[in-house]
Amino acid sequence: MTDTTDTTAAGAAAAAESDGRTPILRAKRLVKTFGRVVGLDGVSLELYPGEVLAIIGDNGAGKSTLIKCLTGAEIPDEGEIFLDGKPVHFKRPQDAHAAGIETVYQNLAVSPALDVAANLFLGREVRKKGILGSVFRMVDQKGMRQRAKDELKELGISTLQDVTVAVENLSGGQRQAVAVARAAAFGSKVVVLDEPTAALGVRESQQVLELIKNLRDRGIPVILISHNMPQVFEVADRIHIQRLGKRAATITPESHSMTDAVAIMTGAARV
Amino acid sequence: MSQQTTEPPTSALDLAEEFLDRSTPLSRIRNTLHRYPALSPAIVLVLAVIVFGLLNDRFLNPANLSLITQQVAVVGTLALAQTLIILTAGIDLSVGAVMVLSSMVVAQTTVHMGVPAILGLFLGLVVGLGAGALNGFLVTRLKLPPFIVTLGTLNIFVALTLLYSSGATVRGGEMPDLLTAMGATFNLGGVNITIGVLMMLILYVVLAFILQKTAWGRHVYAVGDDPEAARLAGISVNRVLMSVYLAAGAILVIGAWIQIGRTNAASPNAGADLNLDSITAVVIGGTSLFGGRGTVWGTLLGALIVGIFRNGLSLAGLDVLWQTFAVGVLIVVAVSVDQWIRKVRK
Repeated sequence: MTDTTDTTAAGAAAAAESDGRTPILRAKRLVKTFGRVVGLDGVSLELYPGEVLAIIGDNGAGKSTLIKCLTGAEIPDEGEIFLDGKPVHFKRPQDAHAAGIETVYQNLAVSPALDVAANLFLGREVRKKGILGSVFRMVDQKGMRQRAKDELKELGISTLQDVTVAVENLSGGQRQAVAVARAAAFGSKVVVLDEPTAALGVRESQQVLELIKNLRDRGIPVILISHNMPQVFEVADRIHIQRLGKRAATITPESHSMTDAVAIMTGAARV
Repeated sequence: MSQQTTEPPTSALDLAEEFLDRSTPLSRIRNTLHRYPALSPAIVLVLAVIVFGLLNDRFLNPANLSLITQQVAVVGTLALAQTLIILTAGIDLSVGAVMVLSSMVVAQTTVHMGVPAILGLFLGLVVGLGAGALNGFLVTRLKLPPFIVTLGTLNIFVALTLLYSSGATVRGGEMPDLLTAMGATFNLGGVNITIGVLMMLILYVVLAFILQKTAWGRHVYAVGDDPEAARLAGISVNRVLMSVYLAAGAILVIGAWIQIGRTNAASPNAGADLNLDSITAVVIGGTSLFGGRGTVWGTLLGALIVGIFRNGLSLAGLDVLWQTFAVGVLIVVAVSVDQWIRKVRK
């Protein structure tokens, strides 16, 4: 890395301000190798407040590795990650989680037998006030259900009215909504969605896309990994294209067509 | 955004469309059973009481009811520990062996080594927790399947029990009163209830509260339901599993105490079938062997059903082998019902 001196928060902030806006999440020249295989070869990425950044790329282009580095599932060999201008070093997914980066995984990661409210608060249950909470450790079921309702309403999730329904009784789109709502609720800084529509039908996919737009409208920046070009071009503000472990380009739906994006992805065109 | 949610017609339509089909009576029954796992054992219990009551008028006699509760107390307590472990999608074949080992430690240290009763019970607790820690360590750190782990520790604990006790029974008469206190009775509406039965019920109330009202309880269900989802939600799966095995160990020690009171002795050969009996109670009680589904009340009902079947069939004059046969049928039916209920998922 050439500018290893530029690791201070002040330095990062100064660098970012040069292009006008401060990225909420910034990765600089990430390198990750697996034995001889180079997963990431100096990839940089900027995510600005209130935008949907799509990451596309062919299989093996380093999409997942990039996301895993950003969410603490992998530790990059080189490079730096800044959240809110401050350098962060995630060792485990929980670290990224604690810092405000919420990830919705492809396999959803919801607990089927628990109800919607319990899933939203899983791992961060709220206890009752007073002695019932402090001594008897009772969770505030009523309060959590109410807050779950409020959160869902605020996110514009209208298909989930009853928060006491077990998640296994929900459709795929509704489960995805629960997973996204859990990621977006409670003041998270960044929401990462990994192929959120891969397992969904057309109508359910549309609901999830609406949900992503809602998140952006609430000011929550979203990183969206997807194979689905029409969906990417529908919701993304900017599109980060990975190719062979590098960032091939960052484009916008306005500046480039879908054909251009595919051409860049496959190496047929350069930017 | 809020305008969308205040339009009941569209969202209600969405709900109706996207929810699974509840229209046929059968699927409605299935959904109800799915939501309340203790419901089917409760129905079986009520039917069993009615049928056995009609078959033999001695069945509902207070002395007989008292006997049933006493017979259920020990296996019911072990089944409580078993429920915790099965809720995490595990299984514990060593519950009976751990109970017997700790009962022998309690009895031997107090009677032969002159340790005060309370300290003897504490030593028993140490043994129970140690056994739980060993099972928990093997399951969480070495990632071995609970079935194999506890099959191994079952043999280890049985051997340790016999080595430690030299195969000798300690009689209740030799023990301090505190150790046999669980056998003392009081009268409740004409039925003699032992302190041991009361103790078991208290344990059920406490565990039901913890599982339903605390974050830890929810985490136990979440870990059994889908450990990966639980981990991604920020739950330390290994810590939850370890605490479950430790809690089970502690409950087994109370089971040992109840057992000493019930038989008025501590015998190294007392618990041979208790591991399977406890699993039977849990399964009949509607708790899923795949984890994440079930309640302790279901288990209590399951233990009562087994007790009532055995008692009722023997009062009806049937051979003891037919009792075992009936329990076998109950298990198969209970697991089949569980499978059928679980089809709701897809």
